[in-house]
Amino acid sequence: MKNSILHFSSVYLAQTASLVGKKESEGPLASYFDAIEEDPYFGTDTFEKAESEMARRTLNILLGKSGKRPEDIDLLMGGDLLNQCIATSFAVTKTHIPFLGLYGACSTIIEGSIVASAFINGGLVKNAAVMASSHFCSAERQYRFPLEYGSQRTPTAQHTVTGCGAYLFQNEPTPFRVKEAVIGKIVDNGVKDANNMGAAMATAAVDTILRYFNESSLKPQDFDLIATGDLGKEGHEISIELLKRCGYTLGDIYVDCGMLIYDIEKQDMHAGASGCACMATVFGGHIFKRMQNNELKRVLLIATGALLNKKSALQNESIPSIAHLIHICKE
Amino acid sequence: MNKKEYLAYTEKRAKRSNTVVNCIKAFLIGGLICAIGQGFLVLYLYIGVAEETAKTLESVTLIFLAGLFTGIGWFDKIAKHAGAGTLVPITGFSNAVTSPAIDAKSEGFVMGVASQMFVIAGPVIVYGTVASIIYGIIYFFIMK
Repeated sequence: MKNSILHFSSVYLAQTASLVGKKESEGPLASYFDAIEEDPYFGTDTFEKAESEMARRTLNILLGKSGKRPEDIDLLMGGDLLNQCIATSFAVTKTHIPFLGLYGACSTIIEGSIVASAFINGGLVKNAAVMASSHFCSAERQYRFPLEYGSQRTPTAQHTVTGCGAYLFQNEPTPFRVKEAVIGKIVDNGVKDANNMGAAMATAAVDTILRYFNESSLKPQDFDLIATGDLGKEGHEISIELLKRCGYTLGDIYVDCGMLIYDIEKQDMHAGASGCACMATVFGGHIFKRMQNNELKRVLLIATGALLNKKSALQNESIPSIAHLIHICKE
Repeated sequence: MNKKEYLAYTEKRAKRSNTVVNCIKAFLIGGLICAIGQGFLVLYLYIGVAEETAKTLESVTLIFLAGLFTGIGWFDKIAKHAGAGTLVPITGFSNAVTSPAIDAKSEGFVMGVASQMFVIAGPVIVYGTVASIIYGIIYFFIMK
């Protein structure tokens, strides 16, 4: 099918903000993040409140960095991994900004960026803020065992990033133009193992990447960086193999945010990182700053999401996965 | 590549935990826990507790220690290496009850702690009881 690519004419990325937890602050990207909080409770008494507090602070950092007040923002959207996206809803309560809640699991930040770009490009709003958060402790409670339960993780398991990323898009030109996007399709490849989400999401990422390059006049070589969200080591290697079989060798420019944020060996992170905050903070913190420093000009972001829940996993269902793509370039 | 081939491919390439290393670690740590238990038994007998009571006291001590270690956050760090070594002795059961109880504290004492406490241990209790009933019936008829 043609027309996979959405073209935007006047959407610009104005600013990003990122806030991470302790484990992330011990990783190789620590110096890129705007703020670090070592207290997993973020000064609250539950992990769920902690995630809301984290998201609230990140939004404040974004507003501060871009010199805007809440009432200057036309539209806010975001999501997280908790039931009914509750962390984000509490986080934005006091902002009084028109709000759209989104759920795309770990692809939420790019899902939001695409929706924001569409609103701006269509002239409905002048600017829009997008945010996505995840917290290791609340995610464990949501999906897996109690935190202190003595269980062993498999080598393909991934670690949920504690953090939040927020981006501000607008119609006024900045050097960072959002050029194109591809909305992902749900790909269900039959993988049921929630401890191998990389294998579940790899085909979705490959599907979206192929749909983009099949239609685009650009080639993989034209990009300085092609980054997937949170395939982890396992999914990253599978996607390289699948892309190779389809005739694409992306080489060194092809990276995965889930492999960048931690020192996988030293921090014993098994297959790497996952979670909404994975791509949200790695792009918002690391990649965007590299673009600002002129190290990168043309970037493709492919955020991957494993759309499972605890009940579907117990009912032995496979993991429906998705990958959304966005193309940002510095002009 | 169709779905079946893809599943076979991903399963084949997914790294397994190292069974040999895990077994050795589980054997050593599990054995150590049992040796500590035996130590307590010897101690209780030494201070003059009756043998039956001393055996119960020994289990209770291990349950308490496992609960304490869960509370102060050591248990999952040991279990990460020990696996079945901490799971199989009575310590695993203690951890399975205390960890969800601690976790659910934020939802209150009734709907949180009390209702979530047996979320992991519950199935063991239910099917353990069922198995013992079946065993009891068989035993009853054979011994008759």
